[in-house]
Amino acid sequence: MGNELLEIKNLTTSFRIGDEYHAAVDDVTLTLNKNEVLGIVGESGSGKSALAFSIMGLHNRAKIEGSIKLKDQELVKLAPSKMNNLRGDDLAMIFQDPLTALNPLMEIGDQIAEALLLHNLDMSSKQRKARVIELLNMVGIPRPEYVYEQFPHELSGGMRQRVVIAIAIANKPELLIADEPTTALDVTIQAQILDLIRKLKEDIHAGIILITHDLGVVAEMADRVAVMYAGQIVEIADVTTLFENPLHPYTKSLLNSVPAEGQDKLHVIQGIVPSLKNLPRKGCRFAARIPWIDESAHEENPVLHEVSQGHFVRCTCHAHFYFPEESKEEQTNGIS
Amino acid sequence: MGFLEVEDLKVHFPIKGGIFNRTVDYIKAVDGVTFSVEQGKTYGLVGESGSGKTTTGRAVIGLNDITSGKVLFEGTDITSKKSKTKNVRKDIQMIFQDPYSSLNPRKRVIDIVAEPLRNYENLSKIEERKRIQELMEMVGLSPESILKYPHEFSGGQRQRIGVARAIALKPKLIIADEPVSALDVSVQAQVLNFMQDIQKELNLTYLFISHDLGIVKHMCDDIAIMYKGRYVEQGTKEDIFNNPQHIYTKRLIAAIPDINPRNRADQFKFRQEVQKEYEHSYDDYFDSEGLAYGLQPISDTHLVALPGKG
Ligand SMILES: Nc1ncnc2c1ncn2[C@@H]1O[C@H](COP(=O)(O)OP(=O)(O)OP(=O)(O)O)[C@@H](O)[C@H]1O
Ligand SMILES: Nc1ncnc2c1ncn2[C@@H]1O[C@H](COP(=O)(O)OP(=O)(O)OP(=O)(O)O)[C@@H](O)[C@H]1O
Ligand SMILES: [Mg+2]
Ligand SMILES: [Mg+2]
Repeated sequence: MGNELLEIKNLTTSFRIGDEYHAAVDDVTLTLNKNEVLGIVGESGSGKSALAFSIMGLHNRAKIEGSIKLKDQELVKLAPSKMNNLRGDDLAMIFQDPLTALNPLMEIGDQIAEALLLHNLDMSSKQRKARVIELLNMVGIPRPEYVYEQFPHELSGGMRQRVVIAIAIANKPELLIADEPTTALDVTIQAQILDLIRKLKEDIHAGIILITHDLGVVAEMADRVAVMYAGQIVEIADVTTLFENPLHPYTKSLLNSVPAEGQDKLHVIQGIVPSLKNLPRKGCRFAARIPWIDESAHEENPVLHEVSQGHFVRCTCHAHFYFPEESKEEQTNGIS
Repeated sequence: MGFLEVEDLKVHFPIKGGIFNRTVDYIKAVDGVTFSVEQGKTYGLVGESGSGKTTTGRAVIGLNDITSGKVLFEGTDITSKKSKTKNVRKDIQMIFQDPYSSLNPRKRVIDIVAEPLRNYENLSKIEERKRIQELMEMVGLSPESILKYPHEFSGGQRQRIGVARAIALKPKLIIADEPVSALDVSVQAQVLNFMQDIQKELNLTYLFISHDLGIVKHMCDDIAIMYKGRYVEQGTKEDIFNNPQHIYTKRLIAAIPDINPRNRADQFKFRQEVQKEYEHSYDDYFDSEGLAYGLQPISDTHLVALPGKG
C-alpha cells in the first residue's frame, strides 16, 4: 500500500440528459503512486475531464458511484467543507479552459493570493504578494508586477493558462491533475512548465495525472499511460511499452494519426465520435469504428486483460486487428 | 496586388497608472509586422506565447484598433473606418482560440452556428436547419447535437462548433487561431483534412496560428516566427524547418516534444546545447529592450532578423 497516493475503484460518473443518466466515465479503476506521472490520452469526449472533475469533487449535478481514495481518505460523498479544505492544498487541478477557471472581474494577482490565503493563514500580506510574484516568475510570465494588476481578458491565451498553473502549484499539492496544461503555450514555455511539474514530483514526490492530446508531451513526461475511449480505459501500460507495442486498435489508430513527414492526407479513424446518449454500451465500444474486423473477434463483455506485466488491454479484438488497404476516397471525411 | 497585405502593422495597448490613471506606457503587442498572403495559400504564424499572434489576427479582421499601419484585403484598405463594410466582414472569418468563452453559454448550438447566416443571408427556417445540419456533419458532430448548449460538449467538440460557425458563410479568408489545439490527434486529422478539402474547393486562404509545429509543417506554405510583437524570421516551410537562422527559431524547433520515449535523455542534452547557444548569442540578436532587429533577406523567400550591429 505504502506508495499509493490515489486509488480509484469502479468509478462511474453520469450526467442527466432528459430523464436518464448517461455514464461519461464508466467503471474506471486506476491507481496512481507517489512520485509518478500517469498520462491520460483518449478521444475528444471520452471522459478525461469528467474523470478529473470527479476526483476534484467539482461536478455539481452528476451522479458519482464507486470509490476514490486519496491516501486512504474516501473522497466520494465527502462533505463539501472537507473537500474544500483538501482542494487547492492536498490536491489541485490545472483546468483545460483557463478563462472559465478565472474570475473575469478580479485582478490576476489577487486570484493567486486568494489561493494562498485559503491554506496559509499565517502569511502576512506582504509575504503573500512576494510569493505571488515568485509564482508568476516561475511560470515564465514577463513583467509580473504589471501582470499582477491585469484582468484575465487583457492576457494572451497562454498567459492565462500560466496563471491557472500558478494557482494550481501555489500550495505544492501532493496530487496534481493537469488537464491539457500546455496546449495554449509555445513549445519553449511548454518545456519550462513541464520542468516545473517534474520538479513538483522530485521535490515533494507528488503524484501527477497529465491529461493531454499531445503524444510528444506524453512520451517525454509520463511513467505510465492510460488510454480512454468512450468512458472506459481501453489500454494501460508503461510509457515505452505503450509507444513501442500498442495493442488496442484505438491506441494504434491514434498513434497512426500523428502527422508524418511528406504525408498528404492524415490518417483518420472512421465513423462518428458517439455522443454520450448514443454510446454503444454493449460489446466492444470501438467495434463500430473498425467495421472491417469480423464481429467474432470481439468479446461479448470486453474486460481488461493483462497481456504482460502491467500492460492491460480491453477486448480480444486487438489480436485480429489490421489497418485496411486504404481506399482513400472513402476515408477522407471520416467525419460524419 | 496581393490578396492580403499587411504593412507595418502596430497595435499598442496603453498601460494606465498613477493616481490620475493616465497612460504611463504602452504594451507593444504588435510592433511593425509586414507580410502578404496569396489567395489559396496557408500562412502560418507561430511564436512565443504573448508575442502578438492573436492580436495580429484580430487586427486583420477588425476586432482590434490599429495604432498604425495598413491592412489591404483584395486591394482595399480595410483599416479605415468607412471601408469596414459588411461584405468584407463576411469574407473574413475567425476561429477563436478559446472555444468556450467565444461561444455564448446561453445559446443553443443551432443559434450559435446560425448567427452569421442570420446576419448575412435570408434563409427560411427549413433551409437554415438544413444548412446547419450539413455544417455539423462537415465538422463531425452528430446532427441531433444542435439543440444542446455549449457546456454539454467536451473541449474538442466545442472547438468544432467554432469551426462550423466560421465556415458557415463560405468566407475567402479564415483566421484560424489554434483551430485544433483542443482536439485529439485523430479528430485533429479530421479537421485538418477537412480544412484542406474546403480550401481546394472554395479557394480559401488561411492565416493559421498554432503552437504545434508538426501541424504547422503539415499545413502551411509560408511561416513567420513572432517574438515580442515582431517577426524574427519568415520564409517558406522549407526555409524555416530545414534552415532556421534566428536563435529563437532554433530554440523553438529544439523544444518540439519527441514522440519516442527512449529519446528523453538525448533530447535533454540537445536542448541544453541550444539553450547555451541562445544565452551566448542573446545580446547579438536582441537589442537592449530584448526586441528583435529588422528583417534582412538572406534569399528570395527567407527573411531573418539578423544581429543589428553586424
Ligand atoms: N455537464 C455535462 N452535461 C452533459 N454532458 C456532459 C457534461 N459535461 C461533459 N459531458 C459529456 O460527457 C462526455 C465526456 O466529456 P469530457 O469533457 O470528460 O471529455 P474529454 O475526454 O475531456 O474531451 P476533450 O478531450 O475534448 O476535452 C462528452 O460526451 C460530453 O459531451
Ligand atoms: N485588450 C488588451 N489590453 C491590454 N493588453 C492586451 C490586450 N490584448 C492583448 N494584450 C497583450 O498583448 C500581448 C499579445 O497578446 P496576444 O493575445 O496577441 O498574444 P499571442 O501571441 O496570441 O499569445 P498566445 O500564444 O499565448 O495566445 C500580450 O502581452 C497581452 O497581454
Ligand atoms: Mg477535456
Ligand atoms: Mg493567442
